[in-house]
Amino acid sequence: MNLFENMETIYLTIVLAPLIGSIIAGMGGKLIGRNGAHRVTILAVGISSILSLIAYYNIFYNGGEIYNATIYTWLNSGNLHFEIGFLVDQLSVTMMVVVTFVSWMIHIYTIGYMHDDPGYQRFFSYISLFTFSMLMLVMANNFLQLFFGWEAVGLVSYLLIGFWYKRESAIFANMKAFLVNRIGDFGFLLGIAAVLMHFQSMDYIEVFEQAPALAEATVNIWGDESWSLMSVICICLFIGAMGKSAQVPLHVWLPDSMEGPTPISALIHAATMVTAGIFMVSRMSPLFELSETALNFILIIGATTAFFMGLLGLVQNDIKRVIAYSTLSQLGYMTVALGASAYAASMFHLTTHAFFKALLFLAAGSVIIAMHHEQDMRKMGGLYKYLPITWITCFVGAIALIGFPGTAGFFSKDAIIEAVHLSTLPAAGYAYYAVLSGVFITALYTFRLFFMTFHGEERMDKHVWEHLHESPWVVTFPLVVLAIPSLIIGAWLGGPMLFGDYFAGTIQVAESHNVLQEMGHHYHGEWYAVAWQFFVHGVFKNPVVVLLALSGVFTAWLLYIKFPDVPEKIATSLGPIYRILENNYGFDAFNQKVFAGGTKAIGKLLWQIGDVKLIDGLIVNGSALSVRWFSGVIRQIQTGYLYHYAFAMILGLLFLLATFVVFVYKLI
Amino acid sequence: MLAELPILSLLIWGPVLGGVWVLYAGDRQEETVKTLALMISVVTFLLSTLLYKDFDITTHEMQFVEFAYWIEAFNINYYLGIDGIAMPLIILTTFITVLVILAGWEVIEKRISQYLAAFLIMEGLMIGVFSAVDAMLFYVFWEAMLIPMFLIIGIWGGPRRVYATIKFFLYTFLGSVFMLVAFLYLYSQSGTFNILELQDLPLEAGVQKLIFIAFLLAFAVKIPMWPVHTWLPDAHVEAPTGGSVILAAIMLKLGGYGFLRFSLPITPDASLYFDTAMIVLSLIAIVYIGFVALVQQDMKKLIAYSSISHMGFVTLGFFIGFSIYAATGSTEGAVFGLEGAMIQMISHGFISGALFLCVGIMYDRVHSREIKDYGGVVNTMPHFAAFMMLFAMANAGLPGTSGFVGEFVVIVSAYQANFWIAFLAALTLILGAAYTLWMYKRVIFGEVANDNVKHLKDINSRETFILSMLVIVVLVFGIYPAPLFDAMHPTLEHLFGQMLQSKVGQ
Repeated sequence: MNLFENMETIYLTIVLAPLIGSIIAGMGGKLIGRNGAHRVTILAVGISSILSLIAYYNIFYNGGEIYNATIYTWLNSGNLHFEIGFLVDQLSVTMMVVVTFVSWMIHIYTIGYMHDDPGYQRFFSYISLFTFSMLMLVMANNFLQLFFGWEAVGLVSYLLIGFWYKRESAIFANMKAFLVNRIGDFGFLLGIAAVLMHFQSMDYIEVFEQAPALAEATVNIWGDESWSLMSVICICLFIGAMGKSAQVPLHVWLPDSMEGPTPISALIHAATMVTAGIFMVSRMSPLFELSETALNFILIIGATTAFFMGLLGLVQNDIKRVIAYSTLSQLGYMTVALGASAYAASMFHLTTHAFFKALLFLAAGSVIIAMHHEQDMRKMGGLYKYLPITWITCFVGAIALIGFPGTAGFFSKDAIIEAVHLSTLPAAGYAYYAVLSGVFITALYTFRLFFMTFHGEERMDKHVWEHLHESPWVVTFPLVVLAIPSLIIGAWLGGPMLFGDYFAGTIQVAESHNVLQEMGHHYHGEWYAVAWQFFVHGVFKNPVVVLLALSGVFTAWLLYIKFPDVPEKIATSLGPIYRILENNYGFDAFNQKVFAGGTKAIGKLLWQIGDVKLIDGLIVNGSALSVRWFSGVIRQIQTGYLYHYAFAMILGLLFLLATFVVFVYKLI
Repeated sequence: MLAELPILSLLIWGPVLGGVWVLYAGDRQEETVKTLALMISVVTFLLSTLLYKDFDITTHEMQFVEFAYWIEAFNINYYLGIDGIAMPLIILTTFITVLVILAGWEVIEKRISQYLAAFLIMEGLMIGVFSAVDAMLFYVFWEAMLIPMFLIIGIWGGPRRVYATIKFFLYTFLGSVFMLVAFLYLYSQSGTFNILELQDLPLEAGVQKLIFIAFLLAFAVKIPMWPVHTWLPDAHVEAPTGGSVILAAIMLKLGGYGFLRFSLPITPDASLYFDTAMIVLSLIAIVYIGFVALVQQDMKKLIAYSSISHMGFVTLGFFIGFSIYAATGSTEGAVFGLEGAMIQMISHGFISGALFLCVGIMYDRVHSREIKDYGGVVNTMPHFAAFMMLFAMANAGLPGTSGFVGEFVVIVSAYQANFWIAFLAALTLILGAAYTLWMYKRVIFGEVANDNVKHLKDINSRETFILSMLVIVVLVFGIYPAPLFDAMHPTLEHLFGQMLQSKVGQ
């Protein structure tokens, strides 16, 4: 088949099609109308998606070569080259498929969700632009383009969170998201600067090849203390990941980002953009493997996020916020896997999570449409009768999220927990208990959401109740399409991704950290054999995780179906703790007061004292005053008599002559 | 045939004479005058593109050279020429002038011909500054160029224009007097005003320091560097939109140009001696002014402070080279830093110009620059909001826009000298985004705040055209800055060679 002969054209088309779609929908929105806008963007992303699948097939089943080439040179300076280019290997092609496929489904879903919105074309333009940016990020073959895509997805996220720009809460949330991400980017940029300085290159492959030689290198950053170069680079880069992938303490923007329309929450803030940090660290595994300090740091941050953000999911009443905190917690799991050097497990969870979390968000969106844009779960209940497809697909998403045996989440989450258990890094102990207890919490908040929404008493008002009906096919179709991989993709991909050579050489793990290889000793054979052995192991031999998940579901059933009065009482009796959770551990209040307030106070101080009082008041106007005084003196001389002036002129001439003579004399 | 033309002289005297013609035509036929001025500026711009087309990017030597004896007694000559530093700045000047002429189209109500003439004459004089190879010629253009600017602020300015003009005048005049003294001293030592010869003149360390300080006073005021920056916010606030645009886009660059043309090559030892101080002042500009910008209530003031902060990257890029060389032993990083500073100048010309135009567009409709008088502008001016979003993001240094290139290059270069310099400079990522987006949020987003906003009309085709032109250059230089770097590289490489060449004890 000569389809695979010209892969460069295919890769370029994958990237550029969504960009072109976005430009057409954005600039020509009025001209092509609403239908035109969704047709052109869905077509463009569809092309990307199908071509990504072809690329995937080419690399995995057709023995296609890894593509690594420059598209054009951004700039040259001496021997420094900055280029735009693509690296398409097992890792990036997996991300390309996930990104374009989820994005395609969400494009279709948007037709239904944004049906009545006046900004219809603008919305399609934005989500296509996002797809382009995300593809630039994952397909980059160098740090510069990575940063380009990194910031571009930040921009689109900003535009989309503030999509409903009249809402004060939305425009606050989008600015917050951008600024918090910028704090991460600040670290990220310093990391890139360090890479450029020490490797004299931005190209991934060149950097990775040189990395082992610099493993022992040190730098002096503070006084004479020497720090490991790799630790500095990796921690700086990871700070970037903490911003994008919403890890504590840079997680604060993600819950607020739910102000954006639901398809965005699904596309950007669950399935794709927030996983950029996870992807980046996996991509940089040859660097991170050289710094145990960085890996320990990652473990602690990830575990803290996984456990403590999960707890917050328990006290939310807004259906989207529950899923948002769940996303934070699951991102914590992925981060923990990175810290344990189980990059493949992290990428695996990223993939499964992309499907079932997008599914959950879209299901929530379907509920929100039915409820006339009511998002408070306390006003829902018993919806299973009215929204059967949403109910079933949401159930699929929920069991996948809690890791019910056999579903996608079961394989990916168990793998992470096992991997952390096997890790020998000092922080792994803390991380293990955090992610293990996180399983119970995950199950509890997930089924709390499920029961409060679809079961129990119908608590909505009469008007809403009368109009309850299932969403149109453009909404339910993506739900069904996403539900299928949520169920089966874990069993299918688990074996090859975790223990096989799925990622080939793209992810590198040091021998002493290789926990997945250690796990892999127990599993043999084709993907179905491995899946079965894994299933048996997780359900019968070592069922702790599954039992924790099931007890979480059972607790949720007790609290929200059987004894619905109990949660209220628990909340009252645990007053202070409950309030801490409700206030997000005080992060928002602290940031608002100390960072936002402090910055403004410093700005006022510097301006009023520095500029206005000192520089202008004392120096500038001071000298102006002395000039006035001086001119007052001079004015005495201006008498108006011609002979006075003539006299002054002669004096002046004499003075000039004298100076001139002295000057010339000196020259001679 | 084109190569035979004295292009630089045409670029200087064309607009000056054109300005006189416009002045002579007077205000009677307003449309004719406007069209005439526009034609002159467009022809000048087209002519200036020849400079790029025929530019030899392999050499640092002066190109398009013109020479004529002027005042032979003092060896002052009419000597013009450009290199990789001057060429982009001249094209920036001619490009921005076209937009400024267009921007004043319907807005200026009084003395339109004088207004347009002032800009045309100023354009010619600014090109003169960038292309003079003779120090006295440079000085004449430098001083002459200020006169139209004083007039623009003084006649078409806001209510406190007299205060602003006097402050502007005092600051800049004080600076240039010292520069003149330095020139005269250098002449007394060498018998020439030829800048290229002055660059090779041996000077003792103590003398170099004095000359450096004399130059610094002139150029630091223009850029402006902290703490001699306070004239800028006042001048911007009072200046009409066109004046602000020229001020931000081109006049500030004259200071940067001065450093590259005079301070660094003529007094390299003193530049090395003072480099820590200069780096500290640049970082203060970036961080301190970033904080100050955050709390401004007046949009023009905010953008003025943002300009000062962005120009901090220019001076940082200029003076970081010595430390990079000391730390790495390679000239490459240092040259890269200089290139970053140069592209920051060009890019800042586009972005700050665009932002001042945006504020001008709102001011023309509402007659207020206060942030609190706006809110929800996107509801009534969606197209305008989209343009301003792009410029705001460019101002915040978003990759893909020209605003990113300079900041990125200077930060990664600074990292090679010292982690903490890069750390402080990179704070602009947060501060720049904070002050720009916070202003954008309060002005553009939200519900319609008041009746003025409710009755706003979206931008017309003339305004759309102006902003579109700027969008194109901001994106082109963000996505493909390579041609600019290629054009500058030999010149800046040569310049850094000069900076490393000690002049003491030769």
